[in-house]
Amino acid sequence: MAKTIEEINEKIKKGKVVVFTAEEIIDFGKQKGVKKAAQEVDVVTTGTFGPMCSSGAYFNLGHTKPRIKLGGGKVYLNDVPAYPGLAAVDFFLGATAIPEDDPRNKIYPGRFSYGGGHVIEELVSGRDVRLVAMAYGTDCYPRKSLETYISLKDLNEAVLFNIRNAYQNYNVAVNLSDRVLYTYMGMLQPRLGNANYCSAGQLSPLLNDPYYKTIGIGTRIFLGGGIGYVVGSGTQHNPNVERTERGVPKMGAGTLSVKGDLKMMSSKWLRGTSFIGYGPTLTIGIGIPIPILDEEILEYTMVRDEDIWAPVIDYSESYPQMISEPLGWVNYKELKSGKILVQGKEVPTSGLSSYFKAREIAQILKEWIQMGKFFLTKPVELLPSVDSGIIFKPFKERPIKKR
Amino acid sequence: MQKRRVVFNYPPHVVEQPVISKLVKDFDLTVNILRAHITPKEEGRLVLEITGKRQALEAGLHYIKELGVEVQPLAQDVKWYEDRCTHCTACVSICPPKALEVNRMTMEVSFKKERCIACGLCISACPYRAMEILF
Repeated sequence: MAKTIEEINEKIKKGKVVVFTAEEIIDFGKQKGVKKAAQEVDVVTTGTFGPMCSSGAYFNLGHTKPRIKLGGGKVYLNDVPAYPGLAAVDFFLGATAIPEDDPRNKIYPGRFSYGGGHVIEELVSGRDVRLVAMAYGTDCYPRKSLETYISLKDLNEAVLFNIRNAYQNYNVAVNLSDRVLYTYMGMLQPRLGNANYCSAGQLSPLLNDPYYKTIGIGTRIFLGGGIGYVVGSGTQHNPNVERTERGVPKMGAGTLSVKGDLKMMSSKWLRGTSFIGYGPTLTIGIGIPIPILDEEILEYTMVRDEDIWAPVIDYSESYPQMISEPLGWVNYKELKSGKILVQGKEVPTSGLSSYFKAREIAQILKEWIQMGKFFLTKPVELLPSVDSGIIFKPFKERPIKKR
Repeated sequence: MQKRRVVFNYPPHVVEQPVISKLVKDFDLTVNILRAHITPKEEGRLVLEITGKRQALEAGLHYIKELGVEVQPLAQDVKWYEDRCTHCTACVSICPPKALEVNRMTMEVSFKKERCIACGLCISACPYRAMEILF
């Protein structure tokens, strides 16, 4: 019999809710059988902890005396530029922003040891951050400069807002060339020296709800150690990719846009991250509860690493040149074993998304629900799925003719 | 036969002396230089793997210390900051001696100091600055 979110929340209130992590449900569902397990289990919790470049945060400083209008001016946090093209004291900081005097890749490969993601980690850990701002001054906002320390507790609002996170599956990166590559998928050794992947596999949120039957706008989630919400599908959300018989996408597909109050988060789950030769970013912990409304949804959560396939892509040629011809397909069981076969060669693997931390997140979320601290939400609208007609377009360049 | 991984810290006045060849010729030791560096202050740092008979090894190291070279075990110089490590495993596939290892059951990373050859590859591979070499 089908359950409703309201019924599950009632069970949470009474302390009678049955919760499993996306890892635990695999064996439990197999032992009990899908029908019985779907009746007994109310929620399956998922988790992921990986670098997510389309992350950032917006802030409201509070008005200075005399007033300053940052909009149209410049704002730096520990020398990292933020975007102030908004009202007087609002600004947005992106995870990949870097100080203007960082040498970038001029001394190759650049270290990128400090960027927007690191500023966010410092703020969340309670440290003071230097804010330097320049404005042009108006009759109503006469002040032209500001140099001050700020900390999270002083700000009116500090909100993590990520336009694309929690990618449903991803590429496995390798390097066929003769030199080391420095990529957002880490350091890739020449001649298939290593293979890097980035997904929590069987624990990953969207891989446990492949057709987005429960996750949607307004879904309450674990975000950076605090509570957050799904805002909607993220940028590049692309449900219409090749899928396995069980509906699991065989490459990057769905994405999420999420937000949450930074003041509730912890630097344990928001980590400034540096990819040598590529740039800084932010690593974020996300956990999403999946309400077991019926047998079909339970079956999706029983997905195992060996059921999830990812394309092996050459980052020396195919990726940068937009030739999306995979060298082959591997599953996450193989990836997590430490080696895969590519073109007949045994290649050692590394993850960029921490499975160890993903498991911890799914466990924490499970405990929150069992303790009656976290209730499920019914999405206002589900994410666009395979029937949405979404087509993911490459950019069509229209060169500007010089006169 | 014994094998030891050590770090030699040379004061400026020893930097120009042929110390290693003495170890080879006079003490019959096999020396594998893993890393060598002279600082702008002209102090030298050398990471070595030395193999030889126990007595010869002791005598060789004694000779080195007499010259004023500071000798310390290698493991002290490579640090894994466990609190910064996220156990992502980015380091494990590029670590040649498998000093950085992952337990495939728990997917937890650990650092086996005694295997480390201080090559420094993990320093570049770690996105969280959890590895540090102190030279």
